[in-house]
Amino acid sequence: MKTAIAERIEDKLYQNRYLVDAGRPHITVRPHRSPSLNLLALTRVCPAKCYELNETGQVEVTADGCMECGTCRVLCEANGDVEWSYPRGGFGVLFKFG
Amino acid sequence: MTKEKFDAIVVGAGMSGNAAAYAMASRGLKVLQLERGEYPGSKNVQGAIMYANMLEAIIPDFRNDAPLERHLVEQRFWIMDDTSHTGMHYRSDDFNEVTPNRYTIIRAQFDKWLSRKVCEAGGTVLCETTATGLEWDSAGKAIGVRTDRAGDVVLADVVVLAEGVNGLLGTRAGLREMPKSKNVALAVKELHFLPEEVIAERFGLTGDEGCVIEAGGTISRGMAGLGFLYTNKESISLGIGCLISNFAETMERPYALLDAFKRHPSIQPLIAGSEVKEYAAHLIPEGGFNAIPRLCGNGWVVVGDAAQLNNAVHREGSNLAMASGRMAGEAISIIKSRGGVMDKASLSLYKTMLDKSFVVEDLSKQKDMPSLLHTNSPNFFTTYPQLISHAAQNFVRVDGTPKIEREIATTAAFLRARSRWGLVSDAVRLASAWR
Ligand SMILES: Cc1cc2nc3c(=O)[nH]c(=O)nc-3n(C[C@H](O)[C@H](O)[C@H](O)COP(=O)(O)OP(=O)(O)OC[C@H]3O[C@@H](n4cnc5c(N)ncnc54)[C@H](O)[C@@H]3O)c2cc1C
Ligand code: SF4
Repeated sequence: MKTAIAERIEDKLYQNRYLVDAGRPHITVRPHRSPSLNLLALTRVCPAKCYELNETGQVEVTADGCMECGTCRVLCEANGDVEWSYPRGGFGVLFKFG
Repeated sequence: MTKEKFDAIVVGAGMSGNAAAYAMASRGLKVLQLERGEYPGSKNVQGAIMYANMLEAIIPDFRNDAPLERHLVEQRFWIMDDTSHTGMHYRSDDFNEVTPNRYTIIRAQFDKWLSRKVCEAGGTVLCETTATGLEWDSAGKAIGVRTDRAGDVVLADVVVLAEGVNGLLGTRAGLREMPKSKNVALAVKELHFLPEEVIAERFGLTGDEGCVIEAGGTISRGMAGLGFLYTNKESISLGIGCLISNFAETMERPYALLDAFKRHPSIQPLIAGSEVKEYAAHLIPEGGFNAIPRLCGNGWVVVGDAAQLNNAVHREGSNLAMASGRMAGEAISIIKSRGGVMDKASLSLYKTMLDKSFVVEDLSKQKDMPSLLHTNSPNFFTTYPQLISHAAQNFVRVDGTPKIEREIATTAAFLRARSRWGLVSDAVRLASAWR
């Protein structure tokens, strides 16, 4: 039991319903050379794993699986690392149960 | 949308917004409610335990048609280490009363139902509409909101900000600060489906009786946080939440924490064989009394999670949201019936009502609790749970070691881990924060 394999986040997000607003991401990362500590933390702390480090060491966001929790906003909006909005009305995650 | 003017605009159709909109619409006010989700509840996440009294104050006969899952007859508090739990179970047949006190609910269904009541009372509910900013007059009074529907401005005498913990409008307008990472928890949650009979059997329940578990300990890996397991009719809500500041320090992955909680030998058998149908994440305000912002101003009031009205120690939020929303709605209706203007002075009636209620009373009683638990998190969430587990095992295991030796070993373990001074100081601080 103790060595059970961790589930993949993709499989979890697959359960959810989304209406993606194609071409209008609601979160953007400010261009940077090297990420701040908080921005780097998002690559692990975002519950939907929207943030990833690219090959040249910058943090990128793909907000398609975003659950609009606001964690990245709390950590990274004040210092300008991240610009955060809600998706347009009706778009984004649509919880069936919540 | 035309340029018609409303008595009040409510931003958000969650617990607090629905309560406020209902309170005003049912008193004859012309109310517009905006909700960014496809339907009310489609953006909302909760455990979810719903407290009957606060809903009864709004809709007395809610039991006739509200979507309720189970009424709670048993509550378990578990202190967990990696392989065990030490627990207190409270179960009472008294909870099988005619009008039960607490229920589990599923937010998406519940919010839809409560929103329908707002419509029936005469409120106008507009979904799929995000309010993007407040509109002000030259004298600095809020006079309406802008929305993402063709950039329209909608006007009203007063705006009720019921936008939840991550509300953009109030923070963007500088009415309150953005929540600080040490004052908000990130919770992740899954919904596990199981046949009704299986749930009943595993938890010893009959009919619509329900059981809930609150769990703390090494499951949060030294962070300030708690896990929960709530029984619904045909599903189990399972989740865990910790402070964002702790997540950022430890770089723990929230879903890895949830997976480990699910695989804990005390939890795993309770959800074995279930089918997961949703994974959700949401913030919870945890700052308590000291984090409450200004509650009203010229042309606006703020209610519910947006005002940090959430009792993290007792895991209550929806009831504080419903109560604060209802009081804001009542205050606005009273001011309206007197023909008053919705300025800061008149709207302070809402704050006066709130201050006198259990909402502020409870939060102020435990105002030191959040900071105590947060600054001492490794002790409260790792060291003590491990010690308690050892103590319990020492007490229970029979292997020929004399009892006195076991007791000495237990005491020594506590002292080694925390020192006599540390133990006394933790106990005193805990007791005074709780008092
Ligand atoms: C995992 C978890 C477990 C919990 N468990 C419990 C529990 O067991 N019992 C309990 O009492 N409480 C619990 N809570 C707390 C409870 O969920 C909240 O306190 C409660 O939902 C707050 O209600 P609210 O109306 O203030 O905010 P919300 O319910 O969050 O509603 C805010 C609404 O505003 C809408 N909105 C936001 N911005 C805009 C905008 N700009 N335009 C239009 N609409 C907008 C949102 O879509 C949403 O519908 C829990 C919370 C979580 C996250
Ligand atoms: S809002 Fe939450 S889920 Fe969405 S990207 Fe930010 S941290 Fe991830």
